[in-house]
Amino acid sequence: MTTPTDFAVPSPGRAARPAPRRAARPFRPAGRRPAAGRALRLLAASALAAVQLFPLLWMLSGALKSSEDTGGTSLLPSDPTLSNLTEVFDAIPYGRYLWNSLLTSVAVTVLLVFFGSMAAYALARLRFRGREALFAVIFSTLMVAMPVILVPLFMVAARTNLVNSYAGLILPVAFTAFPIFLMRQFYLQFPRELEEAADLDGCGYLRRFLVVVLPLSKPMLAALAVTTFLSTWNSFLWPLTVAKDSDLWVVQVGMSQFQNQYGGDWSLIMAASLVAAVPTLLLFLILQRHIITSVKASGLKG
Amino acid sequence: MTATHPPVRRGARARREERAGLLFVTPATLGIGLFVLLPMALAVFYGFTDADGFGNAGFSGLENYRRALSDPMFWTSVRTTALYVAVFVPGVYLLALAMALLVNGDLPGRAFFRTAFFAPYAVSLVVVGLVWKYILADSTGFLTQALESLGWDNPPSFLGDPDWALWWVAFISIWFFVGFYMIILLGGLQDIPAEVVEAARIDGSGPWRTLWNVVLPMLRPTSFFVLVLASIAGLAGLQAFDLIYVMTQGGPANSTSMGVFYIYQQAFTFNNVGYASAMATLYAFALLAMTAVAFRITRGGRFDHAD
Repeated sequence: MTTPTDFAVPSPGRAARPAPRRAARPFRPAGRRPAAGRALRLLAASALAAVQLFPLLWMLSGALKSSEDTGGTSLLPSDPTLSNLTEVFDAIPYGRYLWNSLLTSVAVTVLLVFFGSMAAYALARLRFRGREALFAVIFSTLMVAMPVILVPLFMVAARTNLVNSYAGLILPVAFTAFPIFLMRQFYLQFPRELEEAADLDGCGYLRRFLVVVLPLSKPMLAALAVTTFLSTWNSFLWPLTVAKDSDLWVVQVGMSQFQNQYGGDWSLIMAASLVAAVPTLLLFLILQRHIITSVKASGLKG
Repeated sequence: MTATHPPVRRGARARREERAGLLFVTPATLGIGLFVLLPMALAVFYGFTDADGFGNAGFSGLENYRRALSDPMFWTSVRTTALYVAVFVPGVYLLALAMALLVNGDLPGRAFFRTAFFAPYAVSLVVVGLVWKYILADSTGFLTQALESLGWDNPPSFLGDPDWALWWVAFISIWFFVGFYMIILLGGLQDIPAEVVEAARIDGSGPWRTLWNVVLPMLRPTSFFVLVLASIAGLAGLQAFDLIYVMTQGGPANSTSMGVFYIYQQAFTFNNVGYASAMATLYAFALLAMTAVAFRITRGGRFDHAD
């Protein structure tokens, strides 16, 4: 589209670029200067940020207040104390709940990410009979929400002796369609040359996947792992249903029961909430980029 | 659809590939089969029985479905769910869109605002429920006291008044999810070529007209996707259970007894497994209808790579 005339040395007098911009200005309504619009946007964003952040700050403040102080409206505790935090660990086996949450979340993340990406790779790259049909079946379960299958899932867990066990907390939630869907999209765009190089080296399919494909999918796997860990750590309904034994309670279940025992003692409840929320909030702040990658990839990239 | 047969000379290779493919999908397929597909099928099956959760189950035909139709609590839960979805879906979409536009534009401290908008989503729903319960508590809660100091005498009991509780649950759900949908919409906004927006500006279109005539039409697929996701989350998302369990237990006066919570109660409090399964099946069909829409939007079933 470059016509010969475009090759002419631009004469300083023409200044073709800024001209249209100047022409556009008169169309802006009076008083809507960019600076004013920018200030307005900043104001709106600040108000929204305040609404989003205030409850989290209120939790922090409540956790540091003495119980007499929790009824006030001041965000700053008049006499900040850490005793609520230690009291929570004395009142209930909170360390145990944290350990159960950690163990469950790590195990679910490893299983879901590994077997999910393995299946996704095959569905994207390997030819085998029934592949399209299998993907259609898996995709159809993508939107199946836990609340809808909870009752029969519990019965499956009961039949397979998974109730009241770590395996029961882990296995039934470690196989879902989402990672397969996400990673398949990724592997469809994976450069073929890399696999061909591995093929020439005489790698079998499994070694090719483990040695060549997995390391090259690190950014996507990291994004998937972070979001899986967060959602498992934060999940409540399945752990509540499958683990009645309080030795197997995860943090979320322990807290909901703690509330029943210590209802009204907000400084203790907020301290427990803070301890439960800090790991995920920190993880989010540190690994934000990965989470955002994962959320965006789950959008329209078909 | 069957796979095309590979040329004969590549027979051995193709067989190896076929074996590897089947091996790779086996663990995930078994897991999904046992823990997702089987429960889906069982929900339909138990829906036709009077299973009680203690191992007794007799065939009862359509009795559970008949029961649902004449159960006022079922209809209350359907109405509550519908009201909640009707507030949640447009609310969360519009707010997420506003946030995405703000963060995408010329805004100082964009990274901070993006983080702040998203932050609630990193916290568990149990914590969210407890923190908001503390904020909304009668007389000692922050909001009640703040409103009183602003001159509103005797503000209502926000979680204790049937006219208020559901709206607060909807608002808190929006507060929780809005950052997540903002990120998806932001991705859509960033895919719009800058030249298109610039061209509209050069043609003299003001910022609002550009938004309405250029940006929103180009964002339509993403918007549609977000609306479907939000509808599914509203209908059967975890927040519909977690928040209700922690904050209101379905009350006051059943005003927040949403579908998923009522199903849980019927199954695990009253041991009516058959009846709960029938109701879950009804919700599953509503979800399947939405998934069909989602399938078409994302073109998820299309194999668009050259192979």
